[in-house]
Amino acid sequence: MFFELSEQQTLIRNMDRELAEKEIAPKAAELDRNEEFPDEAIKRLAELGILGAIIPEKYGGPGLDTVTYAMMIMEISRACASTGVVTSVHNSLCSWPIMYYGSEEQKDKYLPILARGDRIGAFAATEPDAGSDLGSLSTVAELNGDNYIINGTKTFITSGPRAGIVIVFAVTDRSKGTKGISAFIVESSYKGYKVGSIFEKIGIHASLTSELIFEDMPVPKENLLGKEGDGFKIAMATLDGGRIGIASQAVGIAQAALEESIKDSQARHQFGKPISSFQAIQWMLAEMATKIDAARLLTYQAAIRKDQGARISKEAAMAKLYASETAVEATNNAIQIHGGYGYTREYPVERLYRDARITTIYEGTSEVQKMVIASSLLR
Amino acid sequence: MNIVVCAKQVVDVGEIKVNPSSGKPMLEGIPKKISDIDKNACEEAIRVREKVGGKVTVLTVGTPDAKERMKELLAMGADNGVLVTVPDKADHLVTSTLISKAIQKMGGADLIICAEASIDQFSGQIGPRVAGLLNIPQLTYCYKVTAEPQKLTAERNLGDRLVTSESSYPVLVTVTKEVNQPRLPSLMQILGSAKKPIEVWGTSDIGAADLKPGIETIDIKGVAMSRKNIVFKDDLDESVSKLADSLSKEGLLG
Repeated sequence: MFFELSEQQTLIRNMDRELAEKEIAPKAAELDRNEEFPDEAIKRLAELGILGAIIPEKYGGPGLDTVTYAMMIMEISRACASTGVVTSVHNSLCSWPIMYYGSEEQKDKYLPILARGDRIGAFAATEPDAGSDLGSLSTVAELNGDNYIINGTKTFITSGPRAGIVIVFAVTDRSKGTKGISAFIVESSYKGYKVGSIFEKIGIHASLTSELIFEDMPVPKENLLGKEGDGFKIAMATLDGGRIGIASQAVGIAQAALEESIKDSQARHQFGKPISSFQAIQWMLAEMATKIDAARLLTYQAAIRKDQGARISKEAAMAKLYASETAVEATNNAIQIHGGYGYTREYPVERLYRDARITTIYEGTSEVQKMVIASSLLR
Repeated sequence: MNIVVCAKQVVDVGEIKVNPSSGKPMLEGIPKKISDIDKNACEEAIRVREKVGGKVTVLTVGTPDAKERMKELLAMGADNGVLVTVPDKADHLVTSTLISKAIQKMGGADLIICAEASIDQFSGQIGPRVAGLLNIPQLTYCYKVTAEPQKLTAERNLGDRLVTSESSYPVLVTVTKEVNQPRLPSLMQILGSAKKPIEVWGTSDIGAADLKPGIETIDIKGVAMSRKNIVFKDDLDESVSKLADSLSKEGLLG
């Protein structure tokens, strides 16, 4: 095993970090406070090719490998977790299934748009009564002439109010259970497509999350992704990749919390000494740093395996489970280290704490990750 | 137009700590980067090329690992690179001679752009020395450069006054960091930079094998700056007048 970035990865990391530190981080607190979508950051990410990072050159993207992509999501999330998740969803959950399951026509039509960032990508599987249990989806798609007519309500859709291209999961044959679910590429301009309630969340305020409502929405039948009945398989494989994105986001948030804690503990004095000279603080910092490194390595391991073409359900679930739990713990400790100041909006750690909390929930809760890991162990 | 950008690999000076007992800077393990203002020089070269056409060559005198850093400038948009490997002992005379000889080997340049200085030593000598050795005009400390096919106009900050100067080509300009905002390369540009050539030349390749420095470096030490650490804790009005008194006693007011 070799733990050094390549020359090219170093250049990419430097570029990404400079962008994150100079352009994204300075606006993160304000966007969070105003619950404002990071339009400017997303525009820059698109210009620099980061928004469509994994899309192949043939379709106008840079075609990055998963390891470099994960590294980029870490850097962006270190500056702004909301921008991180919008980028992750655009790549992993929207572009990737089109890259891997799309027809040539679908790839030619949609990937260049996603690579340029002309439309934001989203993924709509979850419903009010079906989250991790996709088998109970109630959204239906019925073939009628040249169109599927889709009816249903999706919820907790990241970038919902801004999305232009959405991968939507719906039941095409109820009698077949999970094998009766299909995936569709849906454009927000389709008749009957509506953005429902926008959620007021604890954190990641700048990434807007909403319901999507489909009322007799006609979707051209050529927008069926894969074959009828492929939906469940597509969703599972897509979420494996998505979990690398969320693990990376969590590592980025945790890394920011660690850096803020090191800085604050060296600057703030109690009993005539910087608080970093107390063992209680040192142990917290040491544990944070160790766990963050472990989370980063698990994430890279899943990414490397994905690039090798392996099935990565277990590795991605482990990375997502460990990185998200680490982010929650590290940001919690960061507030503890900052003392009363950490509980105020004057310091960034309260935002990191709120942003970290979602990472153990979306794209599969920690409990679901454990189910995935265990089922792969007990197969 | 043939444009040459001089760029130096330096240690990230923000990361340097000084050993408190020896006073020496601790350089081991400090990351290296392209000197900040050299990126402004490269950005300006790319803008000139975008306007009047031509080719931008990055020229570095440095250790072999500088090649990796030069890629950053190629990713920004420079066309190719030349790395002249630096001898063990080098000073400004050696470096500027190597640069001028390398430019001669390239067949000369219409426009040479250097930073006003590198962020590590900040001597500001290289640009003027190279212009002198090549016997071409120089416009130093430019904060605005306007290149046209036949002439170049520069607005320059000479410290006590601002001047506008004009020159025909060939010319060497040194730029300050105000001249522009260097662009971030896109992912596609970074990936594309891998295909751009960087030639490595030894001192003997450019007829400069027996160069000797004119200056001997005996030691490098951090300068200790002591502070007076006076804190005025009285009420605001009283503190202000005490502060004014003590500044005045130091001869710092008026």
